[in-house]
Amino acid sequence: MTLSLLFQHIVNALSLGSLYALIAIGYTMVYGILRLINFAHGDVFMLGAYVAFYMMTLLSLPWWVALLVAIVFTAFFGIGLERVAYRPLRDSPRISIMISAIAASFLLESLAVLIFGGRPKGVPVPDVLSRVIHFGSVSMIVISLIIPLFTFALLAVLLWIVNKTKTGMAMRAVSTDIEAARLMAVDVNKVVSFTFGIGSLLAAFGGIMWSFKYPQLNPLMGVMPGLKCFIAAVIGGIGSISGAVLGGFLLGIIEIMTVAFLPTLSGYRDAFAFILLIVVLLVKPTGLLGKRQAEKV
Amino acid sequence: MLKIQSLSVHYGGIHALQGIDLTVPEGKIVTLIGANGAGKSTTLRSIVGLVKPTSGKVLLHDAVISGKATQDIVQMGLVLVPEGRRIFSNLTVEENLLLGAYARSDKKGVLKDLSHVYDLFPRLKERRMQKGGTLSGGEQQMLAVGRGLMSRPKLLMMDEPSLGLAPLIAKMIFEIITQINAEGTTVLLVEQNAKAALEVADYGYVLETGRITLQGKGRDLLMDDRVRKAYLGEAQ
Repeated sequence: MTLSLLFQHIVNALSLGSLYALIAIGYTMVYGILRLINFAHGDVFMLGAYVAFYMMTLLSLPWWVALLVAIVFTAFFGIGLERVAYRPLRDSPRISIMISAIAASFLLESLAVLIFGGRPKGVPVPDVLSRVIHFGSVSMIVISLIIPLFTFALLAVLLWIVNKTKTGMAMRAVSTDIEAARLMAVDVNKVVSFTFGIGSLLAAFGGIMWSFKYPQLNPLMGVMPGLKCFIAAVIGGIGSISGAVLGGFLLGIIEIMTVAFLPTLSGYRDAFAFILLIVVLLVKPTGLLGKRQAEKV
Repeated sequence: MLKIQSLSVHYGGIHALQGIDLTVPEGKIVTLIGANGAGKSTTLRSIVGLVKPTSGKVLLHDAVISGKATQDIVQMGLVLVPEGRRIFSNLTVEENLLLGAYARSDKKGVLKDLSHVYDLFPRLKERRMQKGGTLSGGEQQMLAVGRGLMSRPKLLMMDEPSLGLAPLIAKMIFEIITQINAEGTTVLLVEQNAKAALEVADYGYVLETGRITLQGKGRDLLMDDRVRKAYLGEAQ
């Protein structure tokens, strides 16, 4: 393998890892706050991509306007989803809210088939993003470079919000002890909505970038990435944002490098995520950066 | 200031509070003593709206507050320092204190109160950048009290502040309670350490399996034979 080819694989791995990280954050943040696995998160990712697609095709908006509109729309959609499907069950047994999450996932997929149609749609990738650029002997598509750059920027903003702002402080407090946070006059519902908003926003951004990189949409496109990013969040230690990022990048790198170095096994690329999950859980059940947490009563 | 009228609470099948009446006058320290499971914590939790009463009312300055959301009740100045301290272990000491002032928007006042809390508990100032979870039990209790003060409470409710603390630290906490009270905050204190609580309290209530069985001035209760036998561990 030549050095330039290796470099290309690295960029690809970083860009896939970025997308995984963006989605994994949504799982981990919601879990951190509500101890809920939002099974519909992958479908929120799909929704973001579809909304951007229709903004570009039906309304012929420029791609970056479509991107912004779709992100904002999806963020509010995530907030609405929590209101309708999860909030009424907040004080019910944990299993009820989990079933509700599974139901929400199936509902969104079915609605997508109904409304968007089951036939895959080709995404009109903007020219700026599909251009190939050359660095010496290395050539790559602009989108593969842009994804990691934007992801790092978004991560920096997210970490700033969580660690430096008052809302972020409230989020961390709610995730440690929801009742004690209430006693500090924290409006827990607002914090939960905010969390779902951020998670969905990142998923939408991930979905749209995904659809520019792999330019095809179908109503089930969120299922496999959703599952893998859930795995990424667990590998990194669910509840930990940096863990989710680490898990996402690990999965992306392993997946791309498997295809690159062991082409005969490339048909099993999805299996590696699960193998990694099993190994990590056997060695460190809390995930790589996870902390042991006493079960709340 | 605070009035509880025939408050009843059910937990599943258990009748935890069976119609209690209780008054906390402004500027005083009132204590609620009783054995484990008597309903002391339940009383405090229903005042701040963490528990919904089956019947009865909680009134603040003659306005009904039972049924309101916890965050609204806390914003009215009724603040609970919960049992077991409930420090945010992954937040720094200073962040814990600032969360106490979460609902306030007067930045200057918050900073002033922060330095006041640091004056009360110099130990917290030394550890302000440390994570709450790394503090000792006594320091965590100081943090819990300080965090409660940061919201400028009108009524500070404390649930078992001396539980699990070394006698010297517990004594210090009781001294702080009288000091806070002297600075104008009304206090409702729940304790198993009846002697220490009655010594600082203006008025006391004895709670037994969901009912108030005795009440009186702190000093009078300390002298009361029934209290002495049941709660102060005195021989016949």
